[in-house]
Amino acid sequence: MASIYYQPPRFSLRFVPLWQRNFLVWRKLAFTSVVGNIAEPLITLVAFGYGLGSMLQRIDGVPYIAYLASGAICMSVMMATTFEALYSAFSRMHVQKTWDALLNTPLDLDDIVLAEMLWAASKSLISGIAILLVLLALGIGWYPGAMLVPPLLFLVGVTFASIALAINALAKGYDFFTYYFTLVLTPMIFLSGVYYPVTQLPGWLQVIAGYLPLSAAVHLVRPLLLGQMPDQVLPSLLLLLAYCAAGFYLATVLTRRRLLK
Amino acid sequence: MTILTVKDLYKSYGDGDARHTVVDGISFSLERGECFGLLGPNGAGKTTTLRLCLGLTVPDRGRITLVGHEVPADARLARLRIGVVPQMDSLDPDFTVEENIYVYGRYFGMSRAQVRARIDWLLDFSSLTAKRHARIGELSGGMKRRLTLARSLVNDPDLIFMDEPTTGLDPQARHLIWERLKALLVEGKSLLLTTHFMDEAERLCDRLAVIDHGRLIAQGSPQALIAEHIESQVVEVFGDNASQWARRSSHLADRIEFSGETAFCYTDHAESLLQNLAGTEGLRYLHRPANLEDLFLKLTGRDMRD
Repeated sequence: MASIYYQPPRFSLRFVPLWQRNFLVWRKLAFTSVVGNIAEPLITLVAFGYGLGSMLQRIDGVPYIAYLASGAICMSVMMATTFEALYSAFSRMHVQKTWDALLNTPLDLDDIVLAEMLWAASKSLISGIAILLVLLALGIGWYPGAMLVPPLLFLVGVTFASIALAINALAKGYDFFTYYFTLVLTPMIFLSGVYYPVTQLPGWLQVIAGYLPLSAAVHLVRPLLLGQMPDQVLPSLLLLLAYCAAGFYLATVLTRRRLLK
Repeated sequence: MTILTVKDLYKSYGDGDARHTVVDGISFSLERGECFGLLGPNGAGKTTTLRLCLGLTVPDRGRITLVGHEVPADARLARLRIGVVPQMDSLDPDFTVEENIYVYGRYFGMSRAQVRARIDWLLDFSSLTAKRHARIGELSGGMKRRLTLARSLVNDPDLIFMDEPTTGLDPQARHLIWERLKALLVEGKSLLLTTHFMDEAERLCDRLAVIDHGRLIAQGSPQALIAEHIESQVVEVFGDNASQWARRSSHLADRIEFSGETAFCYTDHAESLLQNLAGTEGLRYLHRPANLEDLFLKLTGRDMRD
């Protein structure tokens, strides 16, 4: 019995109708959703970028607001995908019993996990692109490299969605997610160079920071929005892919253990 | 022709001392066009049996063949031909009645045009045409159950699984569901339903199996089972003195059981019992033929289950 849980995920195109289902629901509330997703980072930008930035002037040779914006976009995508893969997926799994209904159709649980993961990433990409457009409107990021930002944001989306779905599979209720936000994501934001350079941290924290997925994301995205090319591209990409693959496998196993009893 | 075969099915949960067997060697089969009922008290293993048949959990032992496919290996192919009405409401609250059916059809790989070709019939069948654009929150319990039934029919299934299809519904809503289920049987669909409403089973099922503690303890047509296990007539005697009277008159019945203030007297010849009752003051009684509930209570006992 146990061995069934640990088999590698089986992928099929049957995930598509569930992705479409989530998209249809989102379309009904799209405006509110995107406004919410843009408003939060914009408030951060205005508060910290202009408020704090007026005192800081420049960080690493760029205006603070541009520095902050290029990191905050990764943070926002991380938050958007995590919210979807925790609260919304939990509603569908546990409260509305949508997943139970799906399991009575030709979909398998692996299809459901894949669809939820890709959906959360898609939704976070939509808000990521919206934020990018706002930044461009503010005059930040007018460089050819910015074209590479959306695919990177999608990678950030699938990575954090996969991890969040593993957390989702362990949750007894919504309260459980607060731990993940306050004990995992919030510290990670402060360690990943969103608000200030990682070099400001003590050496041992810098080492830890180097292995965090959000660090890798910021490391890749920030230079592209500041008119530079990132260094250490392959290690950063591989780190994100490793978190994504491990997170997705864990999510699949834990969800099977939860629901295929 | 057989549409579902279940052979020597076993399923247990937990390890070591905590291990408990939920399905303990169940075998049955379902013919095409038949309504088959799984009856049993709460926790008897009915829902687990359904989940095993759908391939949602893997049996410890046993063999399941559903619409010609081995389950769980080919459960996905089997589920293409199956409709399911689950015990818990799982309608999509973000969608209207019509959208619920469309979206569900997609899970079966149906195109919008294919669903469109069926949706008028499905809404009509479930008496929901007027509610086509209503949100799920606006529907009554009976309407939700009918929509769940309509949704389960979107892929034109050969066999429909129903887990307690009328639990929680008022009598009007139950009768409407029963009438719709009969219409499906007339169309040649097969039904597998679990229930603990004996009148429901007696009305709908061609054959049924009584399950308790994961074991199948009786199987057959409702009439045959009643004839086999139960005396043909029952006299229920109520009133303060019912138990005193019953102890005095126990020779008049083959078997007497007590439940609260009521004595259930089982017999094949009720005349002398009825004469005796007619001459006794302060007692009310009901004389009726034995039914499935009598059978069920005899087989599974009168103790409460949780």
